[in-house]
Amino acid sequence: MTQTVPEQAIVTPAHGGSTESKREWRKYISFSTDHKVIGIQYLVTSFIFYLIGGFLATLVRTELATPASDLVSPDLYNGLFTVHATVMIFLWIVPAATGAFGNYLIPLLIGARDMAFPKLNAVAFWMIPPGGILLMSSFFFGAPGSGWTSYPPLSLVDNQVGEAIWILSVLILGTSSILGGVNFIVTILKMRAPGMGLNQMPLFCWAMLAASCLILVSTPVLAGALILLSFDLIVGTSFFNPTGGGDPIVYQHMFWFYSHPAVYIMILPVFGLISEILPVHSRKPIFGYKAIAYSSFAISFLGLIVWAHHMFTSGTPPWLRMFFMINTMIIAVPTGIKVFSWLATIWGGKLRLNSAMLFAMGFISMFVIGGISGVMVASVPFDIHVHDTYFIVAHLHYVLFGGSVFGLYAGIYHWFPKMSGRMINEKLGKAHFILTLIGFNICFLPMHKLGLEGMNRRIADYDPKFAVLNVVSTIGAYILAVSTFPFIFNVLYSIFKGEKAPSNPWGGLTFEWQTTSPPPHENFAVDPVLLIAPYEYGTEEAKEIIKAGPFLATAAAEG
Amino acid sequence: MNIPGSITTLLIGIGLTVISFWYGQNHGLLPVAASEEAVGIDNLFNLMVTIGTGLFLIVQGTLIYSFFKFRRQPDDDTDGPYVEGNIPLEILWTAIPAVIVLIIAVYSFEVYSRIGGLDPMAHSMAHAPATQQVAYGSGAAIAAPLVPPTDSNPHAAMVMAATDPATAAVRDETIPPAQDAPEMGVTTPRIGATPDNAGQSAAYQINATGLQFAWLFTYPDTGIVAGELHVPVGKEILLNISANDVLHAFWVPEFRLKQDAIPGRQSELRFTPSKIGEYDVICAELCGAYHGVMKTKVIAQTQADFDTWVQEQQVANSPDALKTAIAANPTTPDQFLAPFVQDLGINAAVVEQLHPAHLHASAH
Amino acid sequence: MQSSIDSTSVVNYPAEVAHGSGHHAHPDHRILGVIVFLIAEAMIFLGLFTAYLTFRAVSPVWPPAGTPELELLLPGVNTIILISSSFVIHNADVAVKKNDVKGLQLWFAITAAMGAIFLVGQLYEYFHLEFGLKTNLFASTFYVLTGFHGLHVLFGLVLILGVLWRSRQPNHYSETSHFGVEAAEIYWHFVDVVWIVLFILLYLLK
Ligand code: HEA
Ligand code: HEA
Ligand code: CUA
Ligand SMILES: [Cu+2]
Repeated sequence: MTQTVPEQAIVTPAHGGSTESKREWRKYISFSTDHKVIGIQYLVTSFIFYLIGGFLATLVRTELATPASDLVSPDLYNGLFTVHATVMIFLWIVPAATGAFGNYLIPLLIGARDMAFPKLNAVAFWMIPPGGILLMSSFFFGAPGSGWTSYPPLSLVDNQVGEAIWILSVLILGTSSILGGVNFIVTILKMRAPGMGLNQMPLFCWAMLAASCLILVSTPVLAGALILLSFDLIVGTSFFNPTGGGDPIVYQHMFWFYSHPAVYIMILPVFGLISEILPVHSRKPIFGYKAIAYSSFAISFLGLIVWAHHMFTSGTPPWLRMFFMINTMIIAVPTGIKVFSWLATIWGGKLRLNSAMLFAMGFISMFVIGGISGVMVASVPFDIHVHDTYFIVAHLHYVLFGGSVFGLYAGIYHWFPKMSGRMINEKLGKAHFILTLIGFNICFLPMHKLGLEGMNRRIADYDPKFAVLNVVSTIGAYILAVSTFPFIFNVLYSIFKGEKAPSNPWGGLTFEWQTTSPPPHENFAVDPVLLIAPYEYGTEEAKEIIKAGPFLATAAAEG
Repeated sequence: MNIPGSITTLLIGIGLTVISFWYGQNHGLLPVAASEEAVGIDNLFNLMVTIGTGLFLIVQGTLIYSFFKFRRQPDDDTDGPYVEGNIPLEILWTAIPAVIVLIIAVYSFEVYSRIGGLDPMAHSMAHAPATQQVAYGSGAAIAAPLVPPTDSNPHAAMVMAATDPATAAVRDETIPPAQDAPEMGVTTPRIGATPDNAGQSAAYQINATGLQFAWLFTYPDTGIVAGELHVPVGKEILLNISANDVLHAFWVPEFRLKQDAIPGRQSELRFTPSKIGEYDVICAELCGAYHGVMKTKVIAQTQADFDTWVQEQQVANSPDALKTAIAANPTTPDQFLAPFVQDLGINAAVVEQLHPAHLHASAH
Repeated sequence: MQSSIDSTSVVNYPAEVAHGSGHHAHPDHRILGVIVFLIAEAMIFLGLFTAYLTFRAVSPVWPPAGTPELELLLPGVNTIILISSSFVIHNADVAVKKNDVKGLQLWFAITAAMGAIFLVGQLYEYFHLEFGLKTNLFASTFYVLTGFHGLHVLFGLVLILGVLWRSRQPNHYSETSHFGVEAAEIYWHFVDVVWIVLFILLYLLK
């Protein structure tokens, strides 16, 4: 709540950021209620989990370098990819896309001083580290080995302790995500600056609103499924256990009722980031603001009624398969609207090809590949062939890595100066981009062919005829691992030694660029009022605003 | 040289189309097609590859072109042109994907119904239980699809009960059968008869049972139990698939067909093998540590070879011999399982540990 | 802010003074927050209900053979008590909006008592049922659904008692400031509606 605001306002210097006290770093490991601190807490925590998840992936790929199951036991292998996927989804993409960028950016973008419920926000964040540590601890008890989908009956018999830990940890992380969602919805609906109607909001806010609605509607159903699953696992009921008259298919429906929307929870905020980044670095207004804004809601609505496309070979009636197939394919239309609008935004612009822009363009390029393979697998007869094969593994990494991760990198590069007050090194950024792009494609492109030819997923042993492409893929994974080093070095170096960032290094028009880098406590010295729609590049007003400097924070000094 | 824009666009368009169509036919990504169903699926895939290639080239082409053409010149600090949108253009790129998607959907629907995906409903309604199929004597094999899906049926308990001894010996009979509830989105998965064969019963029925970590195939009308699937080419096969412990999935990449094996349910897969050869049968649903080695062969052979094989098997594995085996040892599934799992290099201890009995025990 | 936000002109800052004076720029959004959160809660129940209906539909016999008949009298009385409590608690809301804290306390106390009776009745039923959690699929869903709802009632009860506790402080709740009262009331109505669906599904429809 905002009652705490007055006291803090007194102790904070009028223009924050200039004199960093030695104690500064401590607030990042404390129960802070400042949305910017929480945002950065989310970002750093989730990135650490990304490294852990990537480390597990590297082990998976190393095991798959040879057809035999030689590096780890088949049992442990299952644990590796299960935890890999769970970490990547619940501890990296979801908290980074919604938690980190949502918290950091939304109040700044809408001109608010904080989120609607700062304490709740901090509580939501502080559920992440215990949830994550709990999950990792499962390796000591026999890691959960039934995939991130945890289908019963396997999940009821396989490594039961690990499975129980998995359930508990996902429940914690899901609750955190719901609390975050409540906060975003209220903040976006209620705390916009005067003059900012919904149709003047920056597009990231639209995307977060759509994603938060999905979180709110779908995550609880996963919680329901996990509650029932844990009863089966721990107490011995048989909701999902066929031997006791239960039905494992019901679990699949409940799981995917969450987990399909979850993929849009992971991509919509990133779509939002891209819509913010492209116009700034192309120096052009976003093309088709309303189309992009509303298509987020179209995607989130359609995203709720397609879940059974993960179940085309399990128990779904034929007419329903057709229903889900058509709905799934229709998602290509609103997504296409976004993609083409982005291309039109770039078209004819004055592209500043810095790291943020490169990753944003890389995002479009890679995501479209994943989207096209997505539409292919939506086709029932074809999915009957490729379901549960490496073709799906390829699809999901193209959308999740080529999509979400590329987009998050773009976001980190773009807002790094704002978050840290320092510029990031562009040369290292470009090296990072090139290595990532190359490694990514070497790693995941061959998987399409592997899947089509008959390599099923989630296996430690595979037919030697697939050996060559697997080696290629493993090499790609190593390049990917190496590609993170320039990034990590760059961030650590730039935070301390980077050139000081001006308030508006990219010439952006949204509110965060009109305040100092980093923004002061409570973000603005004056209550911002919308002067100009967020993407009016190429107009005289825009030039004036950009020239004016951080007037939202320093107005007091001038006045 | 100055070529007018419209001509450039035209040329690019033609080039894109040609490349897309060429690649759509020559991608070489799929293994041989060895079932009649595979042909339609491959054509569908080729169409999608064609469309996908076109879209891929448009998007990547635009990006790469912009990358070089529109990069900021070093001394240029001005903004780009103020363009906020273009309604006709936006309508165009909403409409075109919508049409493309519609084409793919309609075509998928067509292929799906041609391979028998839509058949089961009509099929199960159209048949009284007293068809020739029942004469096979395998309740397990056929009764499930014969029960009208909406009928909350009192026979459900019999549905799964295999009346042929071979299947009965292999299947876990203690798992209570679930019934269909299409209105709740839950039915037994099936690929039924193709429209040509609608209303007819398949030439051969085979029951497939998945267990950690092997497939067992039983031939109800001859009593054969086998670890490999033998089928004659050119004949329609009806495979009844179920599982004893956890989920598995029956997949033959060359047939392009896959069905989940679900304990307590019996899924139906009807298909016609069309090319002689040996193909892998792969388990495509994570089923535990040895999921990766749960593999066997399907041998598609001529009718004559198939008949010979059947005869050999019947001598070696006559129903009588089988019955005595059951009488002698109540834990027959294990017994049947043993030789097959040894082939797969799994030791008996692992099988024992992961056996369904363990599932029952640990679930309470 | 002391100057209203009618212009983009520069407003004074640092603004201790401004913040001190009313601080109208930060209205209270907590009620909206509660409502949005309850959407999520409703979805858990919706998920569980749908699962229940599906189990019912896929089982050949429902409730599974051997399930004893459910006694309707006690749960029926319980239902009436819970539903009436929704009307009772509404009086508290009316009272507080008239600055009648005594009334608030009275109605909240009655609601709390009714909630407690409901919970006790629920427990009584648990101990006298002839089936256990693991008896069969119906029994399992019965206990999990009613138990999960019971937890919510318990939480609602805690909220009500919390409000009662705080209301002893003079002027804690008034005509203008009564978030706690309203939140507890909304939550209580929610728990009530869920019970009605639950009762129909588990007891009447079976
Ligand atoms: C960020 C995550 C993300 C995103 C955005 C998507 C997006 C899509 N996904 Fe994907 N999907 C996953 C993550 C994601 N997916 C994961 C993790 C799995 C595996 C889960 C598991 O089993 O472990 C999966 C699995 C999966 C399946 C199940 C496959 C199987 O198991 O058998 C299906 C089937 O329909 C599917 C379809 C789609 C479709 C149609 C889209 C669409 O939204 C894509 C739309 C985008 C485009 C189409 C590109 C841009 C559009 C144009 C350029 C316009 C023109 C295009 C056309 C006309 C085609 N996905
Ligand atoms: C956002 C989601 C996401 C991301 C980013 C990734 C990233 C990667 N994934 Fe993952 N993956 C999934 C989500 C994701 N994955 C999902 C959902 C599944 C399905 C699971 C299932 O079937 O249940 C899956 C499954 C999956 C498989 C299939 C396993 C199987 O079916 O048997 C493989 C195999 O190659 C794989 C590989 C990789 C690789 C090489 C990366 C790389 O891109 C990773 C790159 C990152 C790094 C390499 C980190 C670098 C840092 C270091 C290495 C330094 C050392 C670290 C420390 C000191 C801590 N993934
Ligand atoms: Cu059986 Cu995987
Ligand atoms: Cu999906």
